[in-house]
Amino acid sequence: MPTSHVTISASQLDIGHGLHTVAHDINMQMHSGELLVLIGTNGSGKSTLLKTLAGMIAPIRGEVTVLGTQPGGSPRRVAYLPQHPVSSHTLPLRARDIVAMGRYAHLGLFRRAQKADRLIVEDTMHRTGATEFAESPLRDLSGGQQQRTHLAQVLARQAEVLLLDEPTAGLDLSGKYAIAEIIAAERARGVTVVLATHDLQDAESATAVMLLAQRVVAFGPPSVALSDDNVRACFGFTQPH
Amino acid sequence: MISQFALLEPLWEPFSSNEFLRNALLASSLVAIICAIAGTYVVLRGLSFIGDALAHGVIPGIAIALLFGVPGVIGAAIGAVVMMGGVATITAKVRLSSDTAIGLLFVGMLALGVIITSRSTSFVGDITRILFGELLGVAAADLGWQIVVLVVVAGIAIVAHRPFVLMSLDDGLARTSGFSVKFFHGLMLAMVAMAIVGSFQLVGTLLVLGMLIAPAATGALLARRVSTMMATATVFGVVSSYVGLLASYHFDLAAGASIVFTAVYLFGFVAVLTIPRRLRGHRELPHQHEHAH
Repeated sequence: MPTSHVTISASQLDIGHGLHTVAHDINMQMHSGELLVLIGTNGSGKSTLLKTLAGMIAPIRGEVTVLGTQPGGSPRRVAYLPQHPVSSHTLPLRARDIVAMGRYAHLGLFRRAQKADRLIVEDTMHRTGATEFAESPLRDLSGGQQQRTHLAQVLARQAEVLLLDEPTAGLDLSGKYAIAEIIAAERARGVTVVLATHDLQDAESATAVMLLAQRVVAFGPPSVALSDDNVRACFGFTQPH
Repeated sequence: MISQFALLEPLWEPFSSNEFLRNALLASSLVAIICAIAGTYVVLRGLSFIGDALAHGVIPGIAIALLFGVPGVIGAAIGAVVMMGGVATITAKVRLSSDTAIGLLFVGMLALGVIITSRSTSFVGDITRILFGELLGVAAADLGWQIVVLVVVAGIAIVAHRPFVLMSLDDGLARTSGFSVKFFHGLMLAMVAMAIVGSFQLVGTLLVLGMLIAPAATGALLARRVSTMMATATVFGVVSSYVGLLASYHFDLAAGASIVFTAVYLFGFVAVLTIPRRLRGHRELPHQHEHAH
């Protein structure tokens, strides 16, 4: 595994939209190869934190850096999968074209896509199981197929930090396993993964778990953060053992 | 054989014998190409309403230009810049839904255009020309100007294709890919404004939206790729120009309106033809999902 270095750092970070704070006083440090799982109900601040790390919304207060720069400062090295990627019925784009867009951050306005770029696109489609519908227009794909396409696009950027907002939503069991495998493989190559989810099972292999309920309920290794008290404070009930 | 050709003569004879009509076909084909390029992004990004607002926003500029004897194109360009500024301010600052605010801005500009034109001595002639175009009065200089617009619009599309397509999918995706959404949105509006300024003299400000949207929308129904959509839009735009002009010549109809009507009619025709395919596509979704492993 590559040597571990700090990739994401936040201190006394308040996040939210405009003047409305969604969660405050977030402190954390993540390293390469680590997995941070964000757990919480709808509106708990998971998506807001991911968007802040992606540079799509500005932090309200505090310090946050991703790969040593302001969030959004290194688009080639950070990839973000939003919670509800577009599923437009008008766009004449094939699944393959959508995945190829993952290379645009590297190609900029003028550089032509090389053979290496095309190989990366094919490889990521294979990994997410998108190859069989590569030629189909996005508008003809099911929700799960669209999700696999968007995930392939995010992977095609070959980023060092992956920000994934509920990537398993709309996927069947085999899709969920595929994503778990992909996350493990990305971590093995030194990628830091931040994953937002409702599913406590997703947290089992995490380096750290952050329980959010419009505040940080708990932050730490899964065995500590996912105590019954913390889970009750986050969701209002505990899981049956 | 000869008699068969003679039967088909009405299809090309008007263009070979009449220089005005030939120029009109050339000019409207150039408009079709310009509008196919700009219109593709308008349809992809869902800017039809802003496009319509821009088309009407240029009217006061043209009216003032005509009043002072300046070429209408210059007035239209200034009007487009003012309108783009208005649209940008509204979408950023006003706390109404942007379609309400843009709608008000555009009827306001239309009314202002009519008021200014009503001061001119040939009110009815001027306002008709502005709104519905003057296809059969195209001069060689107009064609040169249109070629310049075509080169600029195509240039913008080539340079900004990647951010434009990313923004069609999602602004956030464009931003996280390292492209400034503010800049490229502005550039897209500027490209649409240029297409309008380059086309209004032929089909008029009221009808230019039809050329911008109808062929591109037809392309979207048929194509699987953006490049194919643009090429299809060009073909449908040029065919609409030819059919519209021919109908206008043989049946003595308004030229600009005939072209735009043909383009919209062709869209409707293709939309109906492709309904079964689209319905079939949606019915197959659950089935495809089960086997998508």
